[in-house]
Amino acid sequence: MMSVWIAVLILVGVAALFGALLGFGAVKFKVESDPIIDQINNILPQTQCGQCGYPGCKPYAEAIANGDQINKCPPGGEQGVKALADLLGREVIPLDESLEVSIPRVAVIREDECIGCTKCIQACPVDAIVGAAKLMHTVIESECTGCDLCVPPCPVDCIDMVPIKTSIKEWSWPNPNKKPDSSLMIDVKQVS
Amino acid sequence: MLNSSPFTKNKQSLSGLMTSVAWALLPGFIALFYFFGWGVVFNVVTCAVTCVLTEAAVLHLRKKPFIILKDYSALLTGVLLGLALPPLAPWWIAVIGSSFAILFAKQIYGGLGFNPFNPAMAGYVLLLISFPVAMTAWLPPQALAENNASFIDSLYIFLFSFDTHQHTLAYYRLGVDGFTMATPLDQLKTSKTMGYLISEVTNKAIFSDIVNVGWQWVNAGFLLGGIYLLVKKHIHYAIPVGVLVGLLFPALIFNGYSPDEYPSLIVHAFSGATMLGAFFIATDPVSAATTYKGRLIFGFGVGLITWLIRTFGGYPDAFAFAVLLMNMAVPLIDHFTQPTVYGYKTSPSQNEELNS
Amino acid sequence: MNSAPVQQRFNRSSLPTWVKVITRSFHGGVHPEEFKTISNQLPIDRLAQPEKIIVPLSQHLGNPATPIVSVGAEVIAGQLIAEAAGHLSVNIHAPYCGTIEKIETSFVAHPSGMDDLCIHIKTNDKEAVFRYPKISDYKNTEIDELVKRINEAGIAGLGGAGFPTHIKLGTQINTLIINAAECEPYISCDDKLLQEEPNEFVEAAICVAHIVNAEKIIIGIEDNKPEAIEKLIAAIESAHKKNQSDLIELHIVPTKYPSGGEKQLFELLTQKQLPPSIRPAQLGYLIHNVATIRAAYRAIVFGEPLTERVVTVTGDACPSPKNYWIKIGTRFADVLAQTESQHAQQMIMGGPMMGFEVKNSNAPVVKTTNCILLQKKAHQVQEQPCIRCGECATACPASLLPQQLYWFARSDNFEKAQEYHLSDCIECGACAYVCPSEIPLVQYYRYAKSKMKEQAIAKAKSEHAKERHEFREMRLAREKQERAEKHKQAALARKQAAEKKGIEDEKKATVADAVARAKARKQALTNKNNEND
Repeated sequence: MMSVWIAVLILVGVAALFGALLGFGAVKFKVESDPIIDQINNILPQTQCGQCGYPGCKPYAEAIANGDQINKCPPGGEQGVKALADLLGREVIPLDESLEVSIPRVAVIREDECIGCTKCIQACPVDAIVGAAKLMHTVIESECTGCDLCVPPCPVDCIDMVPIKTSIKEWSWPNPNKKPDSSLMIDVKQVS
Repeated sequence: MLNSSPFTKNKQSLSGLMTSVAWALLPGFIALFYFFGWGVVFNVVTCAVTCVLTEAAVLHLRKKPFIILKDYSALLTGVLLGLALPPLAPWWIAVIGSSFAILFAKQIYGGLGFNPFNPAMAGYVLLLISFPVAMTAWLPPQALAENNASFIDSLYIFLFSFDTHQHTLAYYRLGVDGFTMATPLDQLKTSKTMGYLISEVTNKAIFSDIVNVGWQWVNAGFLLGGIYLLVKKHIHYAIPVGVLVGLLFPALIFNGYSPDEYPSLIVHAFSGATMLGAFFIATDPVSAATTYKGRLIFGFGVGLITWLIRTFGGYPDAFAFAVLLMNMAVPLIDHFTQPTVYGYKTSPSQNEELNS
Repeated sequence: MNSAPVQQRFNRSSLPTWVKVITRSFHGGVHPEEFKTISNQLPIDRLAQPEKIIVPLSQHLGNPATPIVSVGAEVIAGQLIAEAAGHLSVNIHAPYCGTIEKIETSFVAHPSGMDDLCIHIKTNDKEAVFRYPKISDYKNTEIDELVKRINEAGIAGLGGAGFPTHIKLGTQINTLIINAAECEPYISCDDKLLQEEPNEFVEAAICVAHIVNAEKIIIGIEDNKPEAIEKLIAAIESAHKKNQSDLIELHIVPTKYPSGGEKQLFELLTQKQLPPSIRPAQLGYLIHNVATIRAAYRAIVFGEPLTERVVTVTGDACPSPKNYWIKIGTRFADVLAQTESQHAQQMIMGGPMMGFEVKNSNAPVVKTTNCILLQKKAHQVQEQPCIRCGECATACPASLLPQQLYWFARSDNFEKAQEYHLSDCIECGACAYVCPSEIPLVQYYRYAKSKMKEQAIAKAKSEHAKERHEFREMRLAREKQERAEKHKQAALARKQAAEKKGIEDEKKATVADAVARAKARKQALTNKNNEND
């Protein structure tokens, strides 16, 4: 009987010791981390395009933190979904198909058609359009995030979204692993 | 399609590598055949065929091209496993071991290059644990055997467990002294547990040659093949050197300390799976460590564990266990043995420690 | 050919003290078959003038040069046709006399196979040549003047990187290292240059050393170039006699690829390694290539702008492999036609280890074209799984773990790749050369590197956009507040006005006001009615 009590006491003692150690470690080496919303917001591409259905990236970040899906951000692409999944410990899911996957673009105003209504200036989330009432407006290309938000308000449809051209110096080496998969293509003979 | 530099390549290829390793097994194979008869051939052929067929079946199921078979890795796994099995073990031993090796130790992880464990040794350990009797029933070397099996008798035993005269395997396991023969390592182990001194054990017939009959030639054969691979630079010297040091260094120390209790370095070096393991099994690149220091540590660990189990454990030989145990440690070893990159003073893993 | 013949020919005891035979080599490296003797036996030849040339505006690091000629203009050989645009850009000169046909994008030699802006010139038979004024007495000329001349002459590193030379020469250093290793197979242009003009080269080295105020010159050369070494020793000896000082050292290094890599050569010659992200100049060393040194010298002493270079034209599809003086802008098609090697299946610019495939023979020769390798059969690889054999780690001159980098690059795990020092990879190709599984390792690394760069740019952009957005939010909030403030002010003003009238409560005052107004109106109305009555 005695030996049972000794065993129990030793186990309790060991448990208490390790518990104390863990507790001490938790206090001593506490890692201060950003609030989760800021961390999510840092992953989002900040185009402020609103394609996710929220007015900007931060509101979407808040929504994700409150449980919304992580696949509603086309500018972030698959890479973004993966990063969010990593951060939040969620499954990687494909991008929402109802949303168009966007290639990087910038807004360009056809300046001779612009009537100077300032509506696009009010719509731009990053103040990338300059101009004043009754005067022609123009887009600062380097600031434009390509969010499309200025296009619908324009009463004369003078804003074009132009794909950004990659110059020879910005060209990237392709992934050698991603070759066209011929096994997925259907042989013509089988069809006819 | 875009091609990246370099636009030239040395002659080394995957299939070439695998086939030359297979060829390097030839001297050891011939020695095994010479001392243990036709069973060796049956094992090797059955294992090789089963491995290749299993691999083909899985590739078919995974919708991968059969051209992958041409890397000969499945063939090599089969040959290695076949060489490790006791001659005249029943055919289904070879079949179960081989199909398990390919199916569960290799293809389930994604095939060549993705398997964390050495497939041949995983198959061997499965067999050793599941069928301990069949797996320890080694034949005596033919010079010491009372009865030697002919080709036909061997085939019958292999296929039906009985030869043409209704003898079982036990008949062929008898030594000239009329007792069932064990392998030298087996003999050492059982005699030691029975309280004999090493010197008394080594007086027995099987130890009558330099170390022991047959086995030293088998090991010498594999050593020769291993040296060929080293010279041809098909394997890196770090692992075999590590294994031999890990196995023989403790053997030397303990034998020097108490020769009656611990077998000598020579016995360890030329018995059991030592040379086959050091040069052909532990050097399987996929499941071994990849850094230079890591390979030394990996090899040393394999050798040391083998010696520990041989000396203190329950099994007479332990190469397969040692390899599998060290396979598990590979990611850790690789992480902590990264080389110092050009221009840095410390290795990346050390850097990491400094930063944290 | 390995180190033995040189060791025999240059018996250590008979060598002058300033020649050192280096035996200690760097980690890794490979020994591909050299194929150098097929092109370095004959003297350097010259190609005939083609009818048309295409001069790309971006042949160097940095921004493309800005064209300063207009379509239809006549130019003469050596005339400046495009001006450096910005810090890392360099001038470009017309290689031949001719007429500017057009300035538009066309195919250039680049791994991407993309088009780039070029000046197209239709050549004519005029013999006019433009030269800058000669500076023959460079020792008594201001250093700034010399650097300015190199800037004007449009000289960029001819070894392959195309770094503007005048920027490199704008520093003061201790030791000038000249890279004559030429470790890539097939290439022999520097070797031939040294064999044919050793004296001019030594003169050039002394001149460049003067510009950067170097006390010592070390020439590093692989021991597979015995003729060049012999000629160099004689040339250096006479230069030492003339100058009464042993300024130049010749270091003969063992033949091993990539001994010509900047970091590897540095280690071979100094027995020290370059720390990451530190340029040799910060440690008092400057590393230049043979052809660049010569071009810089000729720009000063003869006023020659850079319009031609030695190019090794070689490979099994070339019936007469040789080195040629080729003008910048000569199309590959003209080179092929003049060397009768039209049947090439694969054109590679540079060597087989680090060059890239050029898929269109309209691509022109540029300042960094050191070799045109023409192959009868295109090099093809069949990628197989990595078996972690570690051959790549043994071959890696940067002591990296290529097999690990490959896993990380393949699975887009760039953070981990960086942890394993992907950025220290010099893309020399030694790993892919030895890989038994024929994995295009270098391409994986290039892919990962460009992806990482892209991500860094995207990150910076998103950071910037976030700031702008937050600023806008703040501004909108401020404006709203300001408006609210204004309303409040107005209300306050009304209140004060009311107080003046003696009524305490503002609301009451307003109401009272309104009531008073209504009363007054009513009164007025009744009055009116009464009047009407």
